[in-house]
Order: sequence, then structure tokens, then C-alpha cells
Amino acid sequence: MVKRKVVLRFPASVVEHPFIYTLAKEYNVVANILKANINPRKEGRMVVEFSAEEKEYEAAMDFLLSRGVIILPLEQQIVWVEDRCTQCGACTVICPTSALWMKRPEMAVAFDGEKCIVCEHCLKACPARAVEARYLSGE
Amino acid sequence: MAQIRSIAEINEKIQKGEAVVVTAEEVISLVEEHGVEETARRVDVVTTGTFGPMCSSGAFLNLGHPTPRMRMSKVYLNGVNAYAGIAAVDVFIGATEIPDVDPANKNFPGAFNYGGGHVIEDLVAGRQVYLEATSYGTDCYPRQKLDTWIKLEDMNEAYIYNPRNCYQNYNVAVNLSDRTIYTYMGILKPNMGNANYCSAGQLSPLLNDPLYRTVGIGTKLFLGGGIGYVSWNGTQHNPCGARGENDVPRTPAGTLALTGDLKKMEAKWLRGVSYLGYGVTLQVGVGLPIPILDADVLRHAAVRDEEIVAQVVDYSEAYPQGVGGSLGEVTYAQLKSGSIIIQDKEIPTAPLSSYPKAREIAETLKQWIIKGDFTLTEPVASLPSADSCIKSKPLTVKK
Ligand code: SF4
Ligand code: SF4
Repeated sequence: MVKRKVVLRFPASVVEHPFIYTLAKEYNVVANILKANINPRKEGRMVVEFSAEEKEYEAAMDFLLSRGVIILPLEQQIVWVEDRCTQCGACTVICPTSALWMKRPEMAVAFDGEKCIVCEHCLKACPARAVEARYLSGE
Repeated sequence: MAQIRSIAEINEKIQKGEAVVVTAEEVISLVEEHGVEETARRVDVVTTGTFGPMCSSGAFLNLGHPTPRMRMSKVYLNGVNAYAGIAAVDVFIGATEIPDVDPANKNFPGAFNYGGGHVIEDLVAGRQVYLEATSYGTDCYPRQKLDTWIKLEDMNEAYIYNPRNCYQNYNVAVNLSDRTIYTYMGILKPNMGNANYCSAGQLSPLLNDPLYRTVGIGTKLFLGGGIGYVSWNGTQHNPCGARGENDVPRTPAGTLALTGDLKKMEAKWLRGVSYLGYGVTLQVGVGLPIPILDADVLRHAAVRDEEIVAQVVDYSEAYPQGVGGSLGEVTYAQLKSGSIIIQDKEIPTAPLSSYPKAREIAETLKQWIIKGDFTLTEPVASLPSADSCIKSKPLTVKK
């Protein structure tokens, strides 16, 4: 059993096709729609979490691709909300990779997303709730 | 010590736009260049700043009477209890209060997402909060129940009253045990995995006037982005502990009780914050102006991080059990370098009190004074100082 979060983009030509129904009926893939923006005759966009057996999941994705649907991975990312950060520094000794770090001698906190391993330790360690986990698509 | 100028003379210069004002950081390099005497002659005011969690904070609010009138006996703001055991529609919302329904530390470590500090931030930010009140009802105050929305601007009076702010120096917290602990000094990793401190050091208000020569009751200052006043010495004011040759306390010492108009403050400088496994508090911005009356006042205001020491204290055993004892003494320069060495171990450090924000407060206050928007006050009474024999004492538990 695999669970995957993806972003689907539907070209205007296929937007009215009942894909979710087909995936469930023919591929045994359960889709949990997290967000959808579908309008007749316009390009559509949907954030979905699929659960399925690995083989069936792959077959289902092949089917979507063959119909011109674009599939993008959805990744959890840590977002540092600078406006809300009080520069207290508490996170800098909690973050295992120094993605949240302190510039010295200015003593200013900064975030380096490349170093972040999304361990989420900082989420609750931040007294000002200035770090958030967000799902971002690879778009 | 020969007086160079009086507060009245400084105010005249401020009004003429001629006052020379520098921050407690800038004054350091001036002294290095020109010496204490010369700098004292040139500089009229040194500004300080601090922006740290200050638990002993809160606000008195007058909510106004509904019709029919009400003697509110239980009051909740966004689900957070505000103390109503005073006159009919007066309440005190305390920074550390949490909603009755918060699971607190039952699910350890508790997240403490919302509490009194956040209510104060929401009010200052102009957001409406949900007001619920109940009463037993009297002939003069018949109403027994109320729920409505209210904003800061709807209230008659709203003023901060913080019984203990601006701690003059503080402990550096470490954890000697083998499990992570959750404290008001933040998350402390086992086996001294980190050391958290909480002071702006050379920018911190009371570290720049260590003997309270210029600060006293009635002193006007920057509070929460608006104007505040020192209303008394703070609770646990402990001026007689060990001090260095430069008169700077080596342990937590003096404190200030502060008050000021909440309606004129900014949410940027009054932030509700959540400490994992500990609770909710308010991060408060304070900036104290120091009038340079003589060379001694200037010498004190020019103190550097290298010359201020703090005690490293174990928060797994020594602090909670009240046994005291220091694992060593470190300077703020060492703390700010990013690590200290205790028992031959290099330990990463974190500040909790924000240095860049402290600098911003000192700079803001400096600009207010330069522009003539802020004049200084003469204290109406002094604070108990190092010669007062006052000592903060523990509670004796009588069985
Ligand atoms: S998620 Fe982990 S690695 Fe990323 S910033 Fe937070 S603590 Fe650091
Ligand atoms: S703990 Fe939060 S508020 Fe403090 S420096 Fe880190 S991100 Fe900023």
C-alpha cells in the first residue's frame, strides 16, 4: 500500500473526464481530494492524496499521463515566516542541520531551506509559531 | 562626582533639537575613542533596549457597562480567564493565563498554543476578541450573563501593568539530566546539549544603570512600542546580590514594575508566545533612556558584553529543587559567540531575548528623543539599590 500526495494538472480538453471515478473503478486507487479548482473548458488543478497498491498506482499514473494529465510531486516544506519571527534564537539550538541559524555578530536568525530535512522539530520549539509546514507542489 | 548636566537641561536641548543621543552599543566605541570623561561631556542621553519573554505582565481593562448593568464576576476573553475580583467591569488579563479547556501538560509536553499573552497581542493588533461574562446579579447590577465581541478601541481604559519586567541579568540555563526538559528558558537538551540565556547584555536597560542612579519611580520609557512609566520596583527586586567591580550584578538582581497605555502600543512589541511544555507568556519590548548626568553614569552605560557575567544553572535539579549553585560564570561576549565551555564541554548557546530587536528599540527611542517627541522625566522616588539590604527570600512552608 502506498500513499502519495500529488498535484494534477488537467488540460482544458480533458477536464470534464471523470478521472477519479475511473481510477477507483479500474485501478483500485482511492483518491482523497485535498484541493480542487476545476472549471468546464478551462485548465484544471487538483491536489490529491492517492492510496493504492504500488503496481496499481503506477498503472493508474500511466493512464493519467496517456490522457495528457500532468502529475507533479507535492512536497512538505518548512516555511519560515520572517514577519512573525521575533529573532529569539530558540530554534537555532534545536534545528539539527543549522537550517535555522544565527548570523553573528549581528545575532540575526536566518533560514536556509536547502539544509532543512523537514524533521519538524522547530515547529513547536518556536515560541512565536513563526515556522510552518506547508505542502508545496513542484510547479 | 561632578554633575555635568541636569535632566531639565537635557530636556531643553531635546526641545531645541540639539540633544546628542546614542545607543548603549554606539557609546562603547565612543568611549574607546575619546575616553569616559570626554564622551560624558559630549553625550546627553544613552538609549537601551530589550525584547524578551516577561511572564509577569498583563493589562487592566475597563470593559464598559452593558445594559442592564453587570458586576462581572467571571470573565473570559477568547476563552482565557481574566481576573474580575475588582470593580464591576474592571478585569486584569495576565500574560500566562491559559484557557480552562487547554490540556496543559496532560499530553506532555503541552503546546500551549493560546493564552493571555496572545489575547493582549490580539487586542493591540486591533482584532476583536470574544467576551463572555457571568455574574450572580445584584439590585444595582442585575445582568447575569453576557457574550459579545469586543475590541481594544471599545474599552474605556486599557493599560499594561507588568509587576516584573526588565530583569537585570539572568541565569544561563542548562540541563544536566539525561532527558530533554521543557522550561521557561526553552527546550533544554540532555547532558548540557544547549545553554539558553535571556538578556540583551550590553544593550539591556538595567545593566546600563546598574545602581539605578537615573532610573526610578516615574521614569518614562519605551514600552511595547508606546510610552510607559516605571511605577515601582519590580517583584523579586533583589539589588544586594554579588556585583562586579563595575557595579554590574553577577546574578539576577533588580526588576521594574511598568505601566503604560495599551491603546498606544504596537503588536510588534507585545507578542504572545508559547513555550513547549511550559506555557504561554508575553514577549515585551522595553527601552530605557539614561540621562548622562555625570561621568560615572556614562561609565556604567558604556558597559560591554565582555564585562557582564552570568551564572550557568542546572534546570533539571538545582533550579527546580531550589538548591542553588552555579556550574560556572560566563560573559555575554562568550554567550553571543555561539558556544560556551562548561565542565570541559562545548555547549551551543541561544538567546531567547532578541538582540537585533533590542537594538531596534534602542534606535527607535534614540530617534524619538532626537526628533523632540520624547523628553525625559525626573524620578519621583528612587529604587532600592545595593545599599538597601533588601533580599528576595524563599517561602517557608509551614506544616
Ligand atoms: S524542520 Fe528540522 S531541519 Fe528543518 S528547519 Fe526545522 S528543525 Fe531544522
Ligand atoms: S524560534 Fe521562532 S521566533 Fe525564535 S528565532 Fe526561531 S523562528 Fe524566530
